[in-house]
Amino acid sequence: MNWMTWCDSLQAYLIVGAVLFAIGLLGFFRHRNLVGMLISGELVLAGASLNFMAFNRFVAPDPVSGQAFTLFIMAIAAAEAAVVLSIMIAVYRNYRSIETRDLNELEG
Amino acid sequence: MIDISPGALLSFASGIIFSGFVVLTLAGAMVAALSRHMVRSVCGLALSSVGLAGLYYFLASPFLALMQILIYVGAVCVVIMFALMLSEPHERRRTRRYETIVSTVGLLIAGLFLAAFIILIVRTSWLPSSVQSNHGTVQDLGRALLAQYGFAFELISVVLLLAILGALVVARSGRSPDS
Repeated sequence: MNWMTWCDSLQAYLIVGAVLFAIGLLGFFRHRNLVGMLISGELVLAGASLNFMAFNRFVAPDPVSGQAFTLFIMAIAAAEAAVVLSIMIAVYRNYRSIETRDLNELEG
Repeated sequence: MIDISPGALLSFASGIIFSGFVVLTLAGAMVAALSRHMVRSVCGLALSSVGLAGLYYFLASPFLALMQILIYVGAVCVVIMFALMLSEPHERRRTRRYETIVSTVGLLIAGLFLAAFIILIVRTSWLPSSVQSNHGTVQDLGRALLAQYGFAFELISVVLLLAILGALVVARSGRSPDS
């Protein structure tokens, strides 16, 4: 199988999705404030939606279901971002910081 | 012997463009995950979303590509940027030791997941479906959204409405009403 046909195969898209997921996971560990963690979460969601779209194109008997699911993921991600950012602003008002290290009042 | 028929050239060009979108997606994601400056992180997320929209286009779904750019680049990134300006997160340097430990653990776990996924993807034999009930066009998608997925569609609208109201309530709490 040559490279051009491999580009248009299910495996190529799935591997890109897996790499996106792994990068998001790495970012989740590395970032130490809430905005960075939210961005990493969005990357993980992007990897998941790419998987849905790839399966939708290549193996699904109904090629609409994956698209509908990806649309729903986008809507949920937008709603989640709005709520998380408003929480972040509320936290910043109380603590003057959104670093995870400063938010330690629940620590025993 | 190089094949220069129009079909081969077209497939070559599409391979190049596809690789460009893949590189854009992954490079943007790397910038988003690894940068210490949050503004650069948001820009990386926007780049990654544009690349992802290109990949959706290759997956025969221009509508989803448009939605990806509209929602992610146009809405999510802008909102994150606003929150960034309102809360000015300055990443303080931690001790070198702590930094190395966290990076190593994160790299290890992410690499483990990636290796497991790639082994799974390569070793499974994926069977293409024998019949497809429609072509997945925008018309089909719209019909399915209002018929087959009608209930989920309505629920998503309620979730969005509640998220907007909740965001307003949470962000306003703690402020005195006269200010």
